[in-house]
Amino acid sequence: MITIDHISKWYGKFQVLADCSTGIERGEVVVVCGPSGSGKSTLIKCVNGLEPVQEGAIRVNDVAVTDAGTNMARLRSQIGMVFQHFELYPHMSVLNNICLAQEKVLNRSREEARAKARSLLQRIDLSDQADKYPGQLSGGQQQRVAIARALAMDPIAMLFDEPTSALDPEMINEVLDVMVELATEGMTMMVVTHEMGFARKVADRVIFMDEGRIVEDAPTEEFFNTPRSDRAQAFLAKILQH
Amino acid sequence: MVALAAWVIAFAVGSVVGVARTVPNRLVRTLATTYVELFRNIPLLVQMFLWYFVLPELMPVEVGRWMKRDMPNPEFSSAVLCLGFYTASRVAEQVRAGIESLSIGLSHAGYASGLTTSQVYRYVLLPISYRLIVPPMTSEFLTIFKNSSLALTIGLLELTAQSQQISEYTFNSFEAYTAATVIYVVIALSTTVLMHLLESRLRIPGFISKDER
Amino acid sequence: MFGEFDTQIVVKSLPFLWQGLQLSLLLTGLGILGGVAAGTLLALMRLSSFKVFSLFSATYVNLIRSVPLILVIFWFYFLVPLAIGRPVGSFYSALIAFIIFEAAYYSEIIRAGIQSVARGQVWAGQATGLGYWQIQRYIVLPQAFRNMVPILLTQAIILFQDTSLVFVVSLRDFMTASAIVAQKEGRLVEMYTFAAAVYFVICFAGSMLVKRLSKEIAR
Repeated sequence: MITIDHISKWYGKFQVLADCSTGIERGEVVVVCGPSGSGKSTLIKCVNGLEPVQEGAIRVNDVAVTDAGTNMARLRSQIGMVFQHFELYPHMSVLNNICLAQEKVLNRSREEARAKARSLLQRIDLSDQADKYPGQLSGGQQQRVAIARALAMDPIAMLFDEPTSALDPEMINEVLDVMVELATEGMTMMVVTHEMGFARKVADRVIFMDEGRIVEDAPTEEFFNTPRSDRAQAFLAKILQH
Repeated sequence: MVALAAWVIAFAVGSVVGVARTVPNRLVRTLATTYVELFRNIPLLVQMFLWYFVLPELMPVEVGRWMKRDMPNPEFSSAVLCLGFYTASRVAEQVRAGIESLSIGLSHAGYASGLTTSQVYRYVLLPISYRLIVPPMTSEFLTIFKNSSLALTIGLLELTAQSQQISEYTFNSFEAYTAATVIYVVIALSTTVLMHLLESRLRIPGFISKDER
Repeated sequence: MFGEFDTQIVVKSLPFLWQGLQLSLLLTGLGILGGVAAGTLLALMRLSSFKVFSLFSATYVNLIRSVPLILVIFWFYFLVPLAIGRPVGSFYSALIAFIIFEAAYYSEIIRAGIQSVARGQVWAGQATGLGYWQIQRYIVLPQAFRNMVPILLTQAIILFQDTSLVFVVSLRDFMTASAIVAQKEGRLVEMYTFAAAVYFVICFAGSMLVKRLSKEIAR
């Protein structure tokens, strides 16, 4: 469904992505991990074109993200994205956060959008918070709302950019629970995260990145049991120490 | 000329008032605040008129008469005073903002090592804050320079058009305006470049102000 | 000298002065509306990724900001009639001058406001498929304007003070009205002092309001 074909990207002279290639099938859950600065967040932002690439091509359902003629807004509306810092709109209520793009992009009626938003809020157990503002919610609650905002667009795939790394430890699980539920329902997901427990539980494949390159791209069991590269071994040793 | 002379007044008075707005003494603070509010909330043109027309009347008779008859260059001196004291209120705000942008720990550190209030200002707060406020000061200087055009205007109205009939402005004045506009643009741009140089010379290595983050 | 202070003259000319004040306020109001609208456009151009737009906007802003307002007022008094071929009256030429001039200042304020909105907010909008104008309209500008209210109001107070400059093209605002009475009756002290007092009260009240607002926003 998503193909990443030999992409490279530079910030000025500094190369952030070097010749990365991989793909994600329909219904697959892929976890991307690696040390900070390895380019994993940049990679995921390239998938829906938030960051442009200088070389190579990305296709989503055979539509080229990297082509100038592509209707990016239409494409993005089909791919949900969840950010590290939630990025809920602080000047809108929770309900309106979930309704905005439904109404403005999908042209749903106000009632339709609200009904959709309410059913999603119920699903993430936040029905009673609909009229609050993001600033009045905890981090975990905000991130769940952000997931609901993405799901409201009925996306064909979901991108998660370190969804739990800005959260206090006690809130991480409430967000991971929602993500696990999504995965078991068969959602296509690409997740940048350090939560190796999550990866073991639901990921079909794990991609390990370092210094802008995809160093390892293997089925989950294989990645954890027999990592091929030294760098992946060292990374796993550090992160699984405790 | 007007701008430079006024700038001297503005910088001197503005620094004193700006510092006065941050000192612990309440009375001094109130006085300084009153000064700033008073000069900031009256249009410059009105202030210009007050200095030029009203002040001589309010002075004791002899002084007033001297101001009206014998004082050399009345337009010039009232314009300089007016611009100077007006801009001082704006400079004062910049100085205050500069001082307040410094962390309170910095002055505590000064007091803790036994410095007096004036020493803390002299050796710690002012040297840092003056460097920080170079950019806003640049624009203040440009403002004073632009505002000096008001003084010229009054002079012009005085000289050419007592009747204030605008139709009497001829194409001669048209040329004068073109020249004036070009001069303003050139001076403004070159001042900006100059101040950039000054700024980089004065920069404290490794010290980042709040705005630059 | 204060014994001669003639309050009668002020009272007598109040209706005339009030008309002038209305004109000042009208100029201020229209100037703000036009200035903010044009300023927003300039700010968006400045931040646009199209080089031509940002270059145009930067040049415009820097040029206007290096010229005194009073010269801009003069220019438009002469140029606007020349450009359209018929006199438009000092009100419209002054109004256009104010909008042209204030737009440059407002655009800097608005640009700072837009830049104060986190980059991720734009990403979030893009990720849900919103277009450029939709993102500006529903996400960026509402947040930017909320942050900017105090500075915009301060600029409005400055604009109100600046309207006194239309004196030079003999437009009858509050300042000109006061000057006319002052000249005609030979009562310079009373009239100019009164004018100063009125400006002070209005602007001081305005800046108090700004202070309260910014405290509320900061909360």
